[in-house]
Amino acid sequence: MSLRIVVTVKYVPDATGDRHFADDLTVDRDDVDGLLSELDEYAVEQALQIAEAADDADVTVVTVGPEDAKDALRKALSMGADKAVHVEDDDLHGTDALGTSLVLAKAVEKAGYDLVISGMASTDGTMGVVPALLAERLGVPQVTLLSEVTVEGGIVKGRRDGDSATEQLEASLPAVVSVTDQSGEARYPSFKGIMAAKKKPVEAWDLSDLDLEAGQVGLEGSYTTVDSAAERPARTAGTIVKDEGEGGKQLAEFLASQKFI
Amino acid sequence: MAEVLVYVDHVDGAVRKPTLELLTLARRIGEPVAVALGAGAADTAAVLGAHGAVKVLTHDASEYADYLVVPKVDALQAAVEAVSPAAVLVPSSAEGKEIAARLALRIGSGIITDAVDLEAGDTGPVATQSVFAASFTTKSRVSQGTPVITVKPNSAAVEAAPATPAVSELSVAFSAQATGTKVTGRTPRESTGRPELTEAAIVVSGGRGVNGSENFAIIEALADSLGAAVGASRAAVDAGWYPHTNQVGQTGKSVSPQLYIANGISGAIQHRAGMQTSKTIVAVNKDAEAPIFDLVDYGVVGDLFDVVPALTQEINTRKG
Ligand SMILES: Cc1cc2nc3c(=O)[nH]c(=O)nc-3n(C[C@H](O)[C@H](O)[C@H](O)COP(=O)(O)OP(=O)(O)OC[C@H]3O[C@@H](n4cnc5c(N)ncnc54)[C@H](O)[C@@H]3O)c2cc1C
Ligand SMILES: Cc1cc2nc3c(=O)[nH]c(=O)nc-3n(C[C@H](O)[C@H](O)[C@H](O)COP(=O)(O)OP(=O)(O)OC[C@H]3O[C@@H](n4cnc5c(N)ncnc54)[C@H](O)[C@@H]3O)c2cc1C
Repeated sequence: MSLRIVVTVKYVPDATGDRHFADDLTVDRDDVDGLLSELDEYAVEQALQIAEAADDADVTVVTVGPEDAKDALRKALSMGADKAVHVEDDDLHGTDALGTSLVLAKAVEKAGYDLVISGMASTDGTMGVVPALLAERLGVPQVTLLSEVTVEGGIVKGRRDGDSATEQLEASLPAVVSVTDQSGEARYPSFKGIMAAKKKPVEAWDLSDLDLEAGQVGLEGSYTTVDSAAERPARTAGTIVKDEGEGGKQLAEFLASQKFI
Repeated sequence: MAEVLVYVDHVDGAVRKPTLELLTLARRIGEPVAVALGAGAADTAAVLGAHGAVKVLTHDASEYADYLVVPKVDALQAAVEAVSPAAVLVPSSAEGKEIAARLALRIGSGIITDAVDLEAGDTGPVATQSVFAASFTTKSRVSQGTPVITVKPNSAAVEAAPATPAVSELSVAFSAQATGTKVTGRTPRESTGRPELTEAAIVVSGGRGVNGSENFAIIEALADSLGAAVGASRAAVDAGWYPHTNQVGQTGKSVSPQLYIANGISGAIQHRAGMQTSKTIVAVNKDAEAPIFDLVDYGVVGDLFDVVPALTQEINTRKG
């Protein structure tokens, strides 16, 4: 029987650009180029490896995001995913983590899945909670923050490097997995992959396709409110000295003046 | 006064510092009620009381060690039902965030992660977050349900506030989900004797400029002279020179010490995301144009192989 893998991928503003907030205190997505969150490339990579190791598997990538989020889907398709789902709806603007997990859970269920693979965190919100929320909503095991993952005979196994210990985990499918950037380099799309991606199907779903209503998502349905966002004042220029033999001593002097020694 | 639940991060009864910081922050909003789970839970009561916990709810069961995350969510949910708190505070570890998120969903509440400060507001706690690699500071609130907030380590100075907590056992019924993900093996991290990276007052880091695992001895010697933790950039970790658990940055640990010393690190945005909230920043780099110098309070343009050993020696001499 075919193994249905769904990968959740987020379209995010480029972290090396000048990211800021719009007037409604949501992320300004127009001013900075967007891309597939780099940490989701690792999720796509593991999905492809698991699919390659299985007899019969297909990989669907899902994103929730504005029109341009198609770019994230194209990138994942050009890496080798089979098909894509784009959940797009004006009412999604400003959705928080709980809302995002609601939409993703509905989309994943509609797409059909045995295994969901997510990144460890997005590179914009960086909460690292959506995979756990998805597992809670779907009522399936969460096998998250894996630096190694394998799937065999309906069992997913992985290694989680935690703060105080490294753990070996195991769960039965269906399950939600998230992988870290230690799970293995993500492949680059080949020219052939890029050409093939153009022909792969991208389905567009809106809230009504997922039996959701505007009030459940977006700013209106949000469980959190941002009251203010202020640019951090630039650090005042520090003292910079060139080492001409005394650099270490000068630095010690500075540390002493600040009472660190 | 309103009660505030604080999730206790401890290892066999030894409470980690971020939890004591949470107790300090919780007292700004109400009276802290601590929830300690797993082996050694009851042993935490004394230190939690010394930091202001008026109640300590404990529960030990093998499920906490044998299965991932969900048993702890079940217990915290039971505590919320028993206490009806004004807010729930959880340390911002990877696991803490997952526990907090699932709890928020279950109790119909919102979640804020990685708060760096917390104050009482007219409609509940107001959290400060430091976002976009610490280039923006936001103030947010949970607008529906009991606020669930995770707080980054080093966000508050620990204050003692002696209380004599009422210790009681929490009654927990595990959900069907609790045993979904088995922990089939666990290798505890070996202690280096140095402070925990996220909790340390001083962090000394090395990057690609350190140029080899054997050279990390120079970084460690400086760290030891200052009683500091050792950090590393991703370039140094990817090269295999230092363990990933010591990586500072977006996909590593985020640190907020009193003093951060970056050696041979250029200061890429993903690295800055993990250290930009440090109070005092110092860098040693041979490239005067390295972006890290935009952040520093004090920078030395020079070869780290000259500057770092000289600094270490000077510190050791001064300490006598
Ligand atoms: C600076 C900032 C701070 C924020 N703080 C909060 C907050 O405190 N509380 C809150 O409720 N919301 C917050 N949000 C909003 C929240 O980030 C978004 O709702 C987001 O979609 C979910 O969280 P995340 O991006 O942090 O995802 P994470 O939980 O970090 O993402 C993990 C994985 O989930 C998947 N994923 C996440 N979003 C999508 C998506 N749209 N489409 C497909 N897959 C996805 C990806 O696989 C990703 O790797 C914040 C947003 C920003 C930009
Ligand atoms: C999704 C994603 C996540 C990432 N997460 C992280 C993360 O968590 N942490 C992180 O650090 N990076 C992260 N990175 C990588 C990051 O972009 C940089 O590549 C990395 O931080 C560079 O490390 P570095 O500063 O040590 O190396 P380089 O950028 O190569 O800098 C080395 C510096 O050392 C200096 N130097 C060389 N020799 C000497 C000497 N003898 N004496 C003094 N100075 C010397 C050089 O002048 C240079 O400035 C991430 C990247 C991506 C895409």
